[in-house]
Amino acid sequence: MVGQRTVSAVLELEDVAKAFGSVVALRRSSLTVTRGSIHALVGENGAGKSTLIKIVAGVHPRDAGTFRFLGEDVDFGSTAASKAAGIAVIYQEPTLFPDLSVTENIFMGRQPLGRGRRIDRAAMYAEAGALFERLGVRIDPRRPARGLSIADQQIIEIAKAISLDASLLIMDEPTAALSGVEVERLFAVARSLRDEGRALVFISHRFDEVFDLCDTVTVMRDGEYISTDPISSTSVEEIVARMVGREVAELFPKTPAPIGDPVLEVEGLTSAGLFHDVSLTVRAGEIVGLAGLVGAGRSEIARAVFGVDGYDAGSVRMLGRPVPRRSVRAAIGAGMAFVPEDRRSQGLVVDASVARNIAAVVRGGLSRAGVLTAAAENRASGPWAGRLEVKTSALDMAAATMSGGNQQKVVIAKWLASEPKLLIIDEPTRGIDVGTKSEVHKLLSDLAGQGVGILMISSELPEVLGMADRVLVVCEGQITADLDRAEATPEKVMHAATRAARPNDITPTTVEVPA
Amino acid sequence: MSALTLNPSDISPARRILGGALRSREIAVAAVLVLVIAATTVKNSHFMFGANGWRDLLLTPSILLILAVGQTAVVITRNVDLSVGSVVGLTAYLTGRIFIAHPGMPVFLVFLIGLAFGGVLGLINGTLVAWGKVPALVITLGTMYIYRGVFLSWAGSNRVNASDMPDSFLNLGTKQILSVPLLTIVAIIVLAVVGYYLYTARGGRELYAIGSDPEAAQLYGLKVTRRILAAFILSGALAGLAGVATAARYGTVSSNAGLNLELQAVGAAVIGGVAIFGGSGTVWGAAIGAFLLVTINRALPVLGVQDFWQQFVVGVLIIGSIVLDRVLSVRRDRKIIEARDNA
Repeated sequence: MVGQRTVSAVLELEDVAKAFGSVVALRRSSLTVTRGSIHALVGENGAGKSTLIKIVAGVHPRDAGTFRFLGEDVDFGSTAASKAAGIAVIYQEPTLFPDLSVTENIFMGRQPLGRGRRIDRAAMYAEAGALFERLGVRIDPRRPARGLSIADQQIIEIAKAISLDASLLIMDEPTAALSGVEVERLFAVARSLRDEGRALVFISHRFDEVFDLCDTVTVMRDGEYISTDPISSTSVEEIVARMVGREVAELFPKTPAPIGDPVLEVEGLTSAGLFHDVSLTVRAGEIVGLAGLVGAGRSEIARAVFGVDGYDAGSVRMLGRPVPRRSVRAAIGAGMAFVPEDRRSQGLVVDASVARNIAAVVRGGLSRAGVLTAAAENRASGPWAGRLEVKTSALDMAAATMSGGNQQKVVIAKWLASEPKLLIIDEPTRGIDVGTKSEVHKLLSDLAGQGVGILMISSELPEVLGMADRVLVVCEGQITADLDRAEATPEKVMHAATRAARPNDITPTTVEVPA
Repeated sequence: MSALTLNPSDISPARRILGGALRSREIAVAAVLVLVIAATTVKNSHFMFGANGWRDLLLTPSILLILAVGQTAVVITRNVDLSVGSVVGLTAYLTGRIFIAHPGMPVFLVFLIGLAFGGVLGLINGTLVAWGKVPALVITLGTMYIYRGVFLSWAGSNRVNASDMPDSFLNLGTKQILSVPLLTIVAIIVLAVVGYYLYTARGGRELYAIGSDPEAAQLYGLKVTRRILAAFILSGALAGLAGVATAARYGTVSSNAGLNLELQAVGAAVIGGVAIFGGSGTVWGAAIGAFLLVTINRALPVLGVQDFWQQFVVGVLIIGSIVLDRVLSVRRDRKIIEARDNA
């Protein structure tokens, strides 16, 4: 491969290195993407994929190595420079301006100008409308970006990339939050862009998607380049083995646990416009899976149960005692713990140290005479971080500098420190690599074994089917199926989750292939 | 309602514009303003139709209006400029000193000097905010005291009197063209130019984008530092303009010139619907807010309201606007979520 540089190479990275202080993110990383190709970039969390992307995008400067774009050596000092050169990046978390219209979001900084350098709004709306039509979505060009679903936010990002006429489009886990139909829509767009001769880089943890969409795959591990192969000549097993460099434990190791009395009883929970008449029970030692499409209302139900949001009708009982609505303190006091979906904004104080994050929930019990010392926080959090194998050089490190998988472990550790009776966990393994995934699953299984009731929201069917003793399916804010472990099949769950859709519309693209 | 939030483009442009106007904050504040003026005029017809009533009605708010326009440009970017009151005082005093030193100085040039001087003070604010990575609230609170301190130590016990300044300059403060005061015309021109820029120029829209999500703005590759700097320079320059106007309007410049004006400017912007956390609001709203704030202060004594209650009303107005914003945005978010759910 090396030395065989053709003009068709859009992006060439060779031996790129990058360190943040003492933390080495990239050692020797290489990536060559050709025109008219969809290139998969895979690797465990913390393998350095995001750092590599940010170097290409001009967010971070590289410390060493070669960076060629369209055959020329380049050195982007800013995101504006990489954008101007024709690189569009769609980040894991879309970055939109909530107060502005979706059209302004697409064209910000390069709005079409009419006479006298004034923005030609009519042309701008028309162009945005044309872009949405081409992408096959119905979004009003004039609506504000506020309140868009993640899938639609991603569509806005893609529309932006297309309008930029980017020759390289990088998508960092674009499908993590999408339902099956939305993923298909995204893939159709990606393929048409490829057929136009653009180059695409696709980062994903879902191997079936990688094999479905991409033609080439590059594997990274611990900041280093491992291999590049055509998709047709490799297999999932091969790639997973290269990614982890070790044997992967069984993905869904739920061990049977004795199931006890009800811990959580929810009855007739209703919140206008979000969910209706939701009743469910979680028993001690039981893992209840809450399945359904993204946006079905599962997270909203969880937030209401935990007291983050209010609800209009219904009741929540913990261990037989009613829990007052809209009080997170009361929920924690009653023995609930909640690991939210969006760990960066809701689960972590990203600027604070790992120790402080873990100790946050139990802080009251740690202080001596009202004074809370860093030492006390470290003492309290040490065992938990250790148990979860959080990889960070020190507990004093800021949580923001950790990879997604490690952040998730910190969030879980944070709640385990409060020894809950019920753990509500929303998308426990979203964006988490295979190795860490099985660690998280094992942890949940262990907790259930100790008599903790677990309510697990997950969009990944194998995870739900493998882990849950009982599967509740939510569709449009209502529970449409209550399936025992034995009777829960992918078909039944998908059918209940898409009650409104015709069965033909369902494609099992979101299903992750177990390693 | 859900059709409006999801597919406003489906309805006719005329209805869309009408619906937008009915819900707009600018119209609501303007309605309150008209109500206040009407009520006061009914009580005392001199308030509007008296010898100086009409002139004062338009003239008094013009200085705060200029400041509110500059303040809005800064607040939209999720910053705030608390130094404008001190800049007004300092520039007003500078104006007097210029005329004392050079009595024959062309008036036009004095206005330019005022603009430039204010711009430099704004540049200092902007530089500290943009590169110091310290919240603007703290920086401009500091420069507010520093600029005021410079003013006080420079002026000492001196003050500029009307006799120090040429009549041609002082006349500008009260001059009227077609019964509209000149300063009001200047304020409206400033308002129109800035309003037009914010709505139709890339740079203007980028100010909104920066305030809406500073991190996203960085990732978009927008020139965040430069834009914020420009907003502070504009705010400073307009405060300089307001300072020269203050000297012309009142004739005397004592050490408390411009005192507390910065808080009134922020208040005017907030009343006019400019979100204090940036990203939304218009200078039109801020201008009407400034008009309302000044007019209420003049109207309440006419209506026989006591001193304490005058301050109270202004406070209620500010808190009321913020609460209203909050309630409306919660309602809107809920509607959007509901619409998404039912889509």
